[in-house]
Amino acid sequence: MTATVLEAADLTRHYLLGGGWLGKDRTLKAVDGVSFSLTTGETMAIVGESGCGKSTLARLCTLIEQPTAGSLRLHDQDTVGLGGSALKAVRRDVQMIFQNPYGSLNPRQTIGTILEEPLLVNTKMAAAERRARALAMLEKVGLRPEHYQRYPHMFSGGQRQRIAIGRALMLEPKIVVADEPVSALDVSIQAQVLNLMLDLQEELGLAYLFISHDLSVVRLLARRVMVMYLGRAVEQGDATRIFERPLHPYTKALLAATPAVDPDARRRRIALSGELPSPLAPPPGCPFHRRCPIAREDCSRNVPTLRTVDGREVACHYAEDALAHS
Amino acid sequence: MALLDIADLSVAFPTARGQFYAVDGVDLRVEPGEVVGIVGESGSGKSVSMMAVMGLLPPTAAVTAHSLTFDGRDLRSLRPRERRRIVGKDMAMIFQEPMSSLNPCFTVGFQIAEALHTHLGGSRRELAERARDLLAEVGIPDPQSRLRAFPHELSGGMSQRVMIAMAMACRPRLLIADEPTTALDVTIQAQILELILRLRDEHGMAVVLITHDMGVVAETAERVVVMYAGQQVEDRPAPSLFAAPRHPYAAALLDALPERSLGSRRLPTIQGVVPGAGDRPSGCLFHPRCNRAVDDCRERRPNLDAVDDGHVRCFLPLEPRP
Repeated sequence: MTATVLEAADLTRHYLLGGGWLGKDRTLKAVDGVSFSLTTGETMAIVGESGCGKSTLARLCTLIEQPTAGSLRLHDQDTVGLGGSALKAVRRDVQMIFQNPYGSLNPRQTIGTILEEPLLVNTKMAAAERRARALAMLEKVGLRPEHYQRYPHMFSGGQRQRIAIGRALMLEPKIVVADEPVSALDVSIQAQVLNLMLDLQEELGLAYLFISHDLSVVRLLARRVMVMYLGRAVEQGDATRIFERPLHPYTKALLAATPAVDPDARRRRIALSGELPSPLAPPPGCPFHRRCPIAREDCSRNVPTLRTVDGREVACHYAEDALAHS
Repeated sequence: MALLDIADLSVAFPTARGQFYAVDGVDLRVEPGEVVGIVGESGSGKSVSMMAVMGLLPPTAAVTAHSLTFDGRDLRSLRPRERRRIVGKDMAMIFQEPMSSLNPCFTVGFQIAEALHTHLGGSRRELAERARDLLAEVGIPDPQSRLRAFPHELSGGMSQRVMIAMAMACRPRLLIADEPTTALDVTIQAQILELILRLRDEHGMAVVLITHDMGVVAETAERVVVMYAGQQVEDRPAPSLFAAPRHPYAAALLDALPERSLGSRRLPTIQGVVPGAGDRPSGCLFHPRCNRAVDDCRERRPNLDAVDDGHVRCFLPLEPRP
C-alpha cells in the first residue's frame, strides 16, 4: 500500500537581504522552483554541494519555514499559509534527524526527558504512558532500558544518533527528513545506523527525505534521487538509472569526484574547475555553465528547464547528446 | 635511507584510571616521495602519532619511542629551538578545519609571509612576491589581490588551498595532511587531492595522509597503514590491501562501506565499539569484535608480523587471494 505523503510543486524560498544604507535590496534564491513527491516507505535523496539549497529545502519540508511561492501538500492538505493549531497538527507528521548528534541533544536532559519531550509538547499523555513509550522506543533503536536515566555525554556518537532517531519517531511521523545523518560517524558505526534506519523504514513504513553529500550512501539507500545546484534541481528521477547513466554534466562530475575503493568502480575524474558561484549573483543562462566541461555558447543565454530524457528529468540543453555518447 | 623512521612509538596520557595509551607501539617508515595513507576510526591514534612526530602534543603526553628520526636526525634529542627549525620548514602539516586553522585577524598574505620570514627571511617585497607565487601555485585565481584577503572572505576550499600554500612555503620534504578534505565538498575534495599529488610530483616530497575515508586513501596513497585502538593492524601496498585485506578489522571496515553492498538491503557491521581508556581488552585489542577470535587471541597480544608484501598484526590472518 503506497500513497503520496508529501508533494511539493514549484517550491520556492527566496530571502530578501537588506542592502543597508544606500544599498539595494538583493534576493537570495535559496530554493527556486523545486517539485517532487514522496510516497510511504520510500527514500528520496537530495544531493549537492554545500550552498545548493539542500538544507533550506529540508526546513521547508519540516514546516520550520514557509515557502515564498509554490505549494507543499502533506497528505493532500496544503500546508502553505497554515498557522496556529492547524500547523502544529500537520508538523507532527514530519520529523527531522540532524547531522551532528553532539549538538542536537540537550546535554542537561536525560535520555528519558529527551525522548518524552515531543509527547509532552504535542499530546496530553499521562506521565506513565510517556515513560512506557520512551522505554519501548529505546528498545526499538537498539538501546537498553537503563539508558533512560543517563545523559547524552555518556554515549558514543553512534548511540547518540540512535537517540536522535528515537526522538524523531516518538510522534509516529510518516516522513522523516534526515539531514546528513551519518556523515559525522565512523564507517563501522555508519553501517549500524544505516541498518537501523532501513529496519525502521520497513517496520513503520516511513518515507525518508535523505539529504547527503555522500553518493555511496545515497546509492545504497535511495530509490529516487534529486541533484540540486544553486537552488534548482538539475537531474531527478530513479536512482539506479541516474547512477548508471548520469546525463547532466554536474551529476557526472559529482559521481566522478566521489572516491571509490574498488578500481572498477572508479570513473575518470572530470576536473570541475572553480567553486559554486554565489547564490546572490547566479550566472545568467544555465547556472552551471561556467564550470561545465561541455558548455556551449547558448548555455550562457538560455536557462534550461527540467524535461524528461531517458526516463528521468534533467535540466541540460545537451542531455540527448550525453545519452547518445554514453 | 628512510625520510621518516618511527620505531615503537607510544604516546600515553595520564587519566584518573592510570596511563591511557593513545598510540601503542607504532612502526612507520616513510621514503622520500612516497604517499602513505593512515586510516582508522576516531580514537585509533592516527592523528596523535603524527602530532607526536611534529612535537605538537601537550606537555602531559608521554612520548616514548625506540627511534624517531627525520632525515637522519633524532627528533627526541632535539632542543625545542632546533625542533622549531625543522617543523614548518622540512616537515609541514595541514589540518582538517581550514576555516579555524587560519588566524582570522590577519590577511592571508601576512600569514604566508610569516612562515617564510621565520624560516627563510627576506625583504618585505620578496616575501610578498613569494607569497603571491605560492597562492598561484596552489591554484588560487587572482593571487595578487587575494594576498590582502582575510580568512572569512574565503570559502572552505580556498582556505584549504591557503593552508597548503603555507605548508608548502618552505618546500617541505614531508607533508602531513590530517583529514585535509573531510570538511569539503566532493568536487572540491577531488581538486585538493589532485593538488597535493601534483605538488608531490613536482617537488618530490613525501606525504602522510591521515583520513577515515577509505575511498580517498585508495585513490591517493601508495601504501596504507590501518590503525585500531592505537596500534597498526595492517601495513601493505594500497592495491593489494584493498583487493584482499589480511587483518579481520581491515576486512570488516571495507565490508562496511556502502559501495560494497549495493543491491543488498543491509550493510555488514562490526559489533561493539572501539575500546576506550577504561576497557582495553587483554590479548588482541580487536578480539571482542572479531568473529575469527580463538582462545589465543584473548590471552596473548599478537605482534606486527611480516607477510608477503607488508605487515599484519593477527594470529589468524585472512588468506591472501590467489
